[in-house]
Amino acid sequence: MEKTNHYTRISALMILTALLLTLTILPASAAELSGTIIIDGSSTVFPITEAVAEEFHKVYPGISTPIGVSGTGGGFKKFTIGETDISNASRPIKDSEAEIAKANGIEYVEFAIAYDGLSVMVSMENDFVDSLTVEELKRIWEPESTVKTWKDVRPEWPDETIKLYGPGTDSGTFDYFTEVITGKAGASRTDFTPSEDDNVLVQGIAGDKYSLGYFGYAYYAENMDKLKIVKVDSGSGPVEPTFDTIKDGSYAPLSRPIYMYVSKKALEQEHVKVFVEYFLTEGTALVSEVGYVQLSDAGYEAELAKLK
Amino acid sequence: MKNQQSYYKWRAFKNNLAHILFAVAAWVGVLILLVLLFDLVKRGAQYINLDFFRNFPSRFAAKSGILPAIVGSVWIVLLTAAISIPVSIGAALYLEEYAADNRLTRFIKINISNLAGVPSIVYGIFGLSIFVRTLGFGRSILSGALTMSLLIMPIVIVSAQETLRTIPQALRHGSYALGASKWQTIVRVVIPCAIPGFLTGIILAVSRALGESAPLLLVGAFSYVSNLPQGPMDSFIALPIQIYTWMSKPSAAFKDVTAAAILVLMVLLLVLNAAAIIIRNKFQQTFE
Repeated sequence: MEKTNHYTRISALMILTALLLTLTILPASAAELSGTIIIDGSSTVFPITEAVAEEFHKVYPGISTPIGVSGTGGGFKKFTIGETDISNASRPIKDSEAEIAKANGIEYVEFAIAYDGLSVMVSMENDFVDSLTVEELKRIWEPESTVKTWKDVRPEWPDETIKLYGPGTDSGTFDYFTEVITGKAGASRTDFTPSEDDNVLVQGIAGDKYSLGYFGYAYYAENMDKLKIVKVDSGSGPVEPTFDTIKDGSYAPLSRPIYMYVSKKALEQEHVKVFVEYFLTEGTALVSEVGYVQLSDAGYEAELAKLK
Repeated sequence: MKNQQSYYKWRAFKNNLAHILFAVAAWVGVLILLVLLFDLVKRGAQYINLDFFRNFPSRFAAKSGILPAIVGSVWIVLLTAAISIPVSIGAALYLEEYAADNRLTRFIKINISNLAGVPSIVYGIFGLSIFVRTLGFGRSILSGALTMSLLIMPIVIVSAQETLRTIPQALRHGSYALGASKWQTIVRVVIPCAIPGFLTGIILAVSRALGESAPLLLVGAFSYVSNLPQGPMDSFIALPIQIYTWMSKPSAAFKDVTAAAILVLMVLLLVLNAAAIIIRNKFQQTFE
């Protein structure tokens, strides 16, 4: 009698242990989650999403995350007709794009995922430019600009023609730069050399002593030996873009948040939610690894709260 | 007398000059290819090892691989071949063996030749609106392969037509004289004679499908995939797209990874082209 009781107790204990084990394993079996998350959009955001997807795949091998690069505008075209689940963007969604989404019944949540500092650069051989004010940048880049030579910017600079380089007009980077510098998104002089490929801009600026150009900080970070960064003065002294000045916003006005837009319909599915959660927690460490600037911890918490 | 001699010399000089100029012209192409290959090997060779073919792309250059790109390209090429070969050969056989030589046939032939010259990006736009959106195949291997099929079909049809035209009528007449029907003649006489020619055209067209990127970008090939495609409805990346993606990365190390991937693509293309030449030489028959 005593013995049977003992056995019963042991088996009860074992059942309990088994139950507990199952409970602890259950979250881990979320690794069995499967599904596809279709992502498209900005080429600026692509390196971050790619890095997160790479690590995410190790934890959730069943979830497929194909990422396309159609540019911010091209990505929104697909997102707002329901072809993609997540749209990467290097600028906020435009009203016109939001209207199309509304007309198609696409609701979405915007998540800021990192900061990028638009960097203004000259060639390594350029020995006279150290900083430019926002006003000077405006005079150089505004439509109908009369600035032809460096001397037109500051009288003490050489009387040599400025060769201008910038991202193509379809890019979110172009939209953002023109908006904060010339005052209107898309308003820019047109006699500059545009390229969608930032590496082409690097080559162009590096090879010409009197050149000037701008693009995202990540490309500067990889080409520090070829390019000289120009400090930007928005009224409170010249500031050089670095991880710190971009993060605390003192590199103004050229620091910008970059985003991902997730459709609400997709977010209702467990595998998409898990991905976004991963992105805003473990994924944030990868942001700086690929050359972008992380939000503050509180910043990511605020973004994460949008999931609830 | 002296005059005559200088005239001969002048003729000899012109002869030599032409010889040299034409030789240079012939070698320019080869030289450019060699310089390109040399540069690619110099930059990319360090990355070519077993892991390069086994790994997925990574944010670390040293860990990057082309497995999904290769698998995607193989899917595209095989499916493209499966779709386009039967239709193209069928069309060529109809046009050369069955169709009467009237206005309609000539109209069709001219249009097929014209299609062979349409820029590939136009096929991409067509594929996006018809296969991806209207028919709802999405950004899948099937959409990519159907678009590639449209792109290479005119090439296969035209080369198959050329092949069929080189087969002497006497062979067909001989077959008829023995009482064979048209169908029997085509299956047992015409096609066996034409197979080497068909194969050459098919391989050259398929190697075009392997190297094209613009149409695939338009029908929605991805720049990164985390999982290998399991079927024709899955999303995919292809070799030329992988090259393009790596090339636009900021880090200099990825330029070398790009070189390695280009090297793989070029070797594949050279192998395919060599196969086409070998098949042509091996089976080439002369008809008396």
